[in-house]
Amino acid sequence: MSPNPAPQLDRPARQTAPASAARRAPVDARPRARFDTSRWVVLGVLVIASVYFLAPVWWLLVSATKTSSDLFSGEAFWFGHFAFFANVRTLFTEQGGIYSTWLLNSALYAVGGATVSTLISAMAGYALSKYPFRGRELTFNVVLAAVLVPQPLLAVPLYLMFSQVHLVNTYWAVLLPSMVSPFGVYLARIYAGASVPDELLEAGRIDGAGELRIFFTISMRVMAPALVTIFLFQFVAIWTNYLLPVLMLANDRLQPVTEGIVGWQAQRAIGPSAVPYNIVITAAMVSAIPLVVLFLSLQRYWRSGLTAGSVK
Amino acid sequence: MTTAPLGRAATATPPVAARRPPAHVRRRARTAALFLAPFLLLFAAMYLAPIGYTLYQSLFRMHRDGLGLSAPTQVFAGPANYTTALGDPAFRGSLLRVLLIGAVQVPAMLGLALGLALLLDARSTLFKRFFRLAFFLPYALPGVVGAIMWSYLVAPGLSPITAAAHHLGLHLDLTSNSMLAPTIGNMLTWGWTGYNMLILYSALQAVPAELSEAATMDGCSAWGIAWRIKIPLVRPALVLTTVFSIIGTAQLYNEPAILHNVAPNLSSTYTPIYAAYDAVNANNFNAAAAESVILALLAFVLSFGFLKLVQRRGAAL
Repeated sequence: MSPNPAPQLDRPARQTAPASAARRAPVDARPRARFDTSRWVVLGVLVIASVYFLAPVWWLLVSATKTSSDLFSGEAFWFGHFAFFANVRTLFTEQGGIYSTWLLNSALYAVGGATVSTLISAMAGYALSKYPFRGRELTFNVVLAAVLVPQPLLAVPLYLMFSQVHLVNTYWAVLLPSMVSPFGVYLARIYAGASVPDELLEAGRIDGAGELRIFFTISMRVMAPALVTIFLFQFVAIWTNYLLPVLMLANDRLQPVTEGIVGWQAQRAIGPSAVPYNIVITAAMVSAIPLVVLFLSLQRYWRSGLTAGSVK
Repeated sequence: MTTAPLGRAATATPPVAARRPPAHVRRRARTAALFLAPFLLLFAAMYLAPIGYTLYQSLFRMHRDGLGLSAPTQVFAGPANYTTALGDPAFRGSLLRVLLIGAVQVPAMLGLALGLALLLDARSTLFKRFFRLAFFLPYALPGVVGAIMWSYLVAPGLSPITAAAHHLGLHLDLTSNSMLAPTIGNMLTWGWTGYNMLILYSALQAVPAELSEAATMDGCSAWGIAWRIKIPLVRPALVLTTVFSIIGTAQLYNEPAILHNVAPNLSSTYTPIYAAYDAVNANNFNAAAAESVILALLAFVLSFGFLKLVQRRGAAL
């Protein structure tokens, strides 16, 4: 269940972290309050909540290191016979090494789709912000409304349309829909409006630069933080997408990793050729690594995208 | 094709020409069109066309002759697909199920998210950074990975939760019919609380610290500050997260579909999207289209109804 990739509307992205941190710094720097009971209660509640959120992930990590038989016996939340590397080796040789194909496909869809969508969203958002023309607000509002359209509802008609033009079961079937990000246009417009000064564009024009050159050499640079955010959100949305590929791609050599793993899970480890549970778990864990790395390394951009607008 | 030149001539008549914008403005408009073109083309093809296609298809049906020998033909059906969908107990059941899951899960999740955000926002809370990361981690995992993980965590034979209950002498099957909805609600809560918490937390961070300080000096308790100052000020963020949660619940698919792989008793019409896909698999796209439109309308009415409701209440305050 995902609302659209990055669902914040409504208000300009205040580049949140630095500003608010600066404002609150003096407060936090004050001598801390007396260590009283309420503080312990708060800590207790937060610890319980983090156990709820972390324990399943811990279970996933531990289970990825187990042999199939250890998975069904012994301590669920602690290590058994450490078989992680054996599992990874099996994972990458299962079905002729198809798992690496899936990972590459996911990378192709996510990098390709996110790159194109970032570029065209930036151009569109910039145009909607910096060029007055008739129908501008209407165009923007239509794009904005599209952020609210549940994606799964588009997947079925897209499948039928694509099957008529023989795009089903090709890379394009997933790439083309992934190139459109109404949220990206929204974010680009807000950011361009807030951060690209009109005087800068006028200066470029007086110097004789064409509109395209101004955009690519000046405006895009100023908009860089927003572009990273748009790319990140679209990358994650494509990497985690399951519904669209499951409709579009029956050929398992074209599938992204999400669809591939669910296909393995659906075998329910029944039959001699079925993929065992511990390998499915290892596959799920490995496929999450790129996203967790992206998330940890680009936290600032996550937050600026998530909070684009909810701060009033 | 004689109309085009005529039309152009008409717009070029003197009074209009006199109001023509100066050259540089027209040039800018052309540049804007150039910048917008790639996005708008793809947007029209990938968003507007499917919506139009769905609306169109929902009004037709495939007509097969009695023997089924010749190819079926498409005939206009009017509202027939809609009445069929609404008359179908399985589809109605799926709508009701999603409404019930949403009615319980969304308030529970947002309440939890708001509570955690308030605790993290409190000045004296320790290890804020760690807790924030811990709560947000589920959102950083792909939804499919989270769903597969939970499917095993509840699967009979594998589930440590069932095993623990068994240890206590309880019989607990989290994939039994009566437990499916709570299990799915838990999967959603686990996956999305951190995301909503972060939005609310960021909104709380923007609340001026002076307000809380002044209230503290006036003898207001931490509870009172949260209730009277902070929550009203993050109302827009709460409204936003609610609307997105409503839309998210309406499109529920991944979790039940993946849970189905360990719980075969989960029906293939469990949620409306699931039911629509089921109709597609049965080669009945017209039915699927009508079901999609009904679901989209329901999501629209609920989210906008909620917005109107809070706006009116906001005006009354």
